Amino acid sequence: PAGRVIRPSGPYDTREPLTSYRDMTTYNNFYELGLGKGDPARNAGALVTRPWTVVVDGEVRKPVTLDVDTLTRWFPPEDRIYRMRCVEGWSMVMPWLGFSLGDLLRRVEPTGAARYVQFTAIHAPDKLPGQRPWVLDWPYTEGLRLDEALHPLTLLAVGLEGRTLLPQNGAPLRLVVPWKYGFKSIKAIVRITLTRTPPPTTWALAAPHEYGFYANVNPAVPHPRWSQATEQRIGESGRRPTLPFNGYAEQVAGLYAGMDLRRNF
Amino acid sequence: MRRLPPLAWLEPGVALGGLVPAAFLGWDALTGGLGANPVKQATHQTGQLALMLLTLSLACTPARVWLRWTWAARVRRALGLLAAFYAALHFGLYVRGQDVHLGRIWEDVAERPFVTSGFAALLLLVPLVLTSGKGSVRRLGFRRWTRLHRLVYPAAGLAALHYWWGVKQDHTGPLLAGLGLLLLGLARLRRP
Repeated sequence: PAGRVIRPSGPYDTREPLTSYRDMTTYNNFYELGLGKGDPARNAGALVTRPWTVVVDGEVRKPVTLDVDTLTRWFPPEDRIYRMRCVEGWSMVMPWLGFSLGDLLRRVEPTGAARYVQFTAIHAPDKLPGQRPWVLDWPYTEGLRLDEALHPLTLLAVGLEGRTLLPQNGAPLRLVVPWKYGFKSIKAIVRITLTRTPPPTTWALAAPHEYGFYANVNPAVPHPRWSQATEQRIGESGRRPTLPFNGYAEQVAGLYAGMDLRRNF
Repeated sequence: MRRLPPLAWLEPGVALGGLVPAAFLGWDALTGGLGANPVKQATHQTGQLALMLLTLSLACTPARVWLRWTWAARVRRALGLLAAFYAALHFGLYVRGQDVHLGRIWEDVAERPFVTSGFAALLLLVPLVLTSGKGSVRRLGFRRWTRLHRLVYPAAGLAALHYWWGVKQDHTGPLLAGLGLLLLGLARLRRP
């Protein structure tokens, strides 16, 4: 069953053709639900997404603990069509339904000491078939610099192609940072904590020489095992060149002015 | 009427059976069964098949010597050739996945140990395929032929290393493959 038709309308929406809903919901990296690309869709039932509580705390004046449905009443979601580039070398065009993370952060009022935002995903090893100790250090955590988190492109998504997000896509609440490799866009978020110091991030802990804190899409910096110069757009037959910051350089390159992006990869 | 040798179906059976996965792969490719990223999926499958068949071919002599399964020696060549067939298919799919862009492929082979190891393993299999015919043993002499075909051990080792480097997080598969090869190597060094 097709969702409603999504057409680009906002300033950040890409005009490129959307990836098929089937591919977006059956080809996923979400290790909590299994390591294979098809596992998250197959094991989706293991992730119970309601009721779901999110905590926003740390360096903020008004910490909150609230239900995910309250969150979407506070911030009515809108369509955002973004490119998504996986660090493995494939990409999609995905019509998210969500709201700017900045709106939520401003509402809880960061203190003057807040510099970073830490995100924590669900931890339920007894329920999630992929949450095994030898795979990764659970729970999955990610982080952004506060200015990255406040950027209008940075999204908290609750839906895809006009429909409620499915577990394999990170239901009920996930981050979408379209200029960074997909692993930064943490799924099934239960906690958002503002911090003074850079938070630990799961993949940078697991393989620090392969995955850095920034993980900005960068065709000039290869992964140790493969080039990042090109990508396989799902649904297409050939490879296409990868763009700096995944095509969002105009919007976000200024965040990294003066930084050596080879060292801060 | 000429009497058939015992288990006459053995060699053709193994050869045909070994091609069944390729048939399934072809069917999946035609019917969309390979999912959203079909070339990558087929590359993974053929790579795993190649290493599995190479390991089985290395198990033949230990099975004959230790378990007295004399028939095992008769399927060794078919298993080795099937392994080389899937390895070539694996490489071809990788090349296709790179849009046959030779500059990019050369960069991978020259600069990335993950690709170098797999490519080296494939190269080592080439002389083995070329001397797999029954006449080759006679032409080269048994000793020289045997020494040449010991190249299968470094080839298998490099293939396992390639598999290890290719896996992002869960190394169960490469570990099992490496352990199996190690045991088979030891079984060849010792005799019962």
